[in-house]
Amino acid sequence: MRLLIHNMLSSNIKGVINGFPLRIEVDKVEEKQVDFDAAFLRKMFHKIEWKALLDAALTLGYAELPEEAPDSSVLESDEFLQKFHHALLELDLEEGALVCPETGRKFPVTKGIPNMLLHEDEV
Amino acid sequence: MSSRPELQAPPEIFYDDTEARKYTSSSRIIEIQAKLSERALELLALPDDGVPRLLLDIGCGSGLSGETLSENGHQWIGLDISQSMLDVALEREVEGDLLLSDMGQGLPLRTGVIDGAISISAIQWLCNADKSSHEPRLRLKAFFGSLYRCLARGAKAAFQVYPENVAQRELILSSAMRAGFAGGVVIDYPHSSKMRKEFVVLTCGPPSISSSVPQGKGQDGESCSDDESSGDEEDQTVCISDRHRPRKKQKVTKKGRTRQWILKRKEKGRRKGNVVPRDTKYTGRKRKARF
Ligand SMILES: C[S@@+](CC[C@H](N)C(=O)[O-])C[C@H]1O[C@@H](n2cnc3c(N)ncnc32)[C@H](O)[C@@H]1O
Repeated sequence: MRLLIHNMLSSNIKGVINGFPLRIEVDKVEEKQVDFDAAFLRKMFHKIEWKALLDAALTLGYAELPEEAPDSSVLESDEFLQKFHHALLELDLEEGALVCPETGRKFPVTKGIPNMLLHEDEV
Repeated sequence: MSSRPELQAPPEIFYDDTEARKYTSSSRIIEIQAKLSERALELLALPDDGVPRLLLDIGCGSGLSGETLSENGHQWIGLDISQSMLDVALEREVEGDLLLSDMGQGLPLRTGVIDGAISISAIQWLCNADKSSHEPRLRLKAFFGSLYRCLARGAKAAFQVYPENVAQRELILSSAMRAGFAGGVVIDYPHSSKMRKEFVVLTCGPPSISSSVPQGKGQDGESCSDDESSGDEEDQTVCISDRHRPRKKQKVTKKGRTRQWILKRKEKGRRKGNVVPRDTKYTGRKRKARF
C-alpha cells in the first residue's frame, strides 16, 4: 500500500463518523522506484491531507517532508516535488495493518494489499 | 457466456485461484476486456490535457481493465472482492494500487478525491443475493452512495455491465439516480447480439450539459461517411456519432502519449512475459474520437 492510497482510505464501518486517517502499524516496508511525473504530483497536491501524509511517512521511516502544510508555491520547487513523490508513491507498506481511528478495528495489510472487507455486523 | 457466472457462486468463490488464472491467460478475454476498458475510459471524457488522473477500477480483478488505464498514463486504485484475482494482479505487477474490498459494503474512500471510475463486467454481481444477509437494493445503495461521495464534483463513472434482464438494468440505474447521479445507459451495437455492449454512464453532480449521455456506437441512422472510415482497423464496425462536436477538438493529440512511450511500455510488458499486441504501423496512432 502506497501512501497515496493511504491518504484516500477511510474506514467505513457502520456508525463511524470520521474514519480518516487510518493509523498505520508497520511490519514490513518496501521502497519501489516509480517514474517521476511533476504534472500528476501538482494535481494530487491539492487533494492530499498533509498531516495524514506527514504522519504516515514518519511511521514508515521517512522524515524529509516539511512539517507544516506547505502552500502551493512549493510546487515550483523540484526538491520539494522529489520528496513529495518519494513519500506519496515510492514508500510501500508490504505487511502490517491499518487501524480505524474511531473503533480501533484493524484492517490487515498483506502482500501490500489492505483487506478492507467488513464483517457482517459492521455493514 | 452460456451460463452466467453470477448465478453459479458468489464472486469471491467463483473467482478462485483456478478461475483467476484461467481468466487471465485467455488472450481472447484479455483483448475483449482491454477494448471494453478503452471504451469506458473514453466515456469518462476526461480533459485532454495530458495530466494523469486518479481513477478507480471497481471489480478490477487481475488488472486487465486497469492496465488500459496505466497505458493511458493514469494512476488507479483497483478494488476487488476476490483475493485470487488480486493475487494474479500482483503477479502481473500491475501499476495500480489494490484493495480487497466488497463494493456492496460501500467504498472505503474519503470525500471528493477520485477523478473518475470505471468498472468492467462487475457491477451486475451486485444484483445477486449471495448471502442471506444480502439485499441487492441495500448493497447497490451502499455502493452508489459511497461512489457519489468519493468522486470529485463533475467526475464521471462508466461501467460496462451484463445485466441479466431489463429489471436488473432498471435496478442498477434507479439506485444510481437515487444516490444523486445523472446519466443513463449507452448501448454500442444494439443490433448485434455478438457485439452489443452496455455501459452505464454517470456524472456526479446535478444534471448539466456535460452529464448528458453520449450516443452508443453502431446505432441506426448513424452512417459512416467515407472519409471518416478510411484506413482504420475498426472501420467496418465503428459508426461515428460525433458529428456534433467541433472538428478541431478531435485533432488534439490524445493524452500526449507518444508512439515512443507506448513502444517502451509494450517492451516492458514483453519482458515481464505479458501478452502484448505486436507493434504495427497503427501502434500509437491517434484513434478517432468516437461518441
Ligand atoms: C468478469 S471479472 C472482470 C475483472 C476486470 N474488471 C477485467 O476486466 O478483467 C469481474 C470481477 O468483479 C469482481 N467482483 C464481483 N463482485 C464484487 C464485489 N461485490 N466487490 C468487488 N468486486 C467484485 C470479481 O471478483 C471479478 O474479479
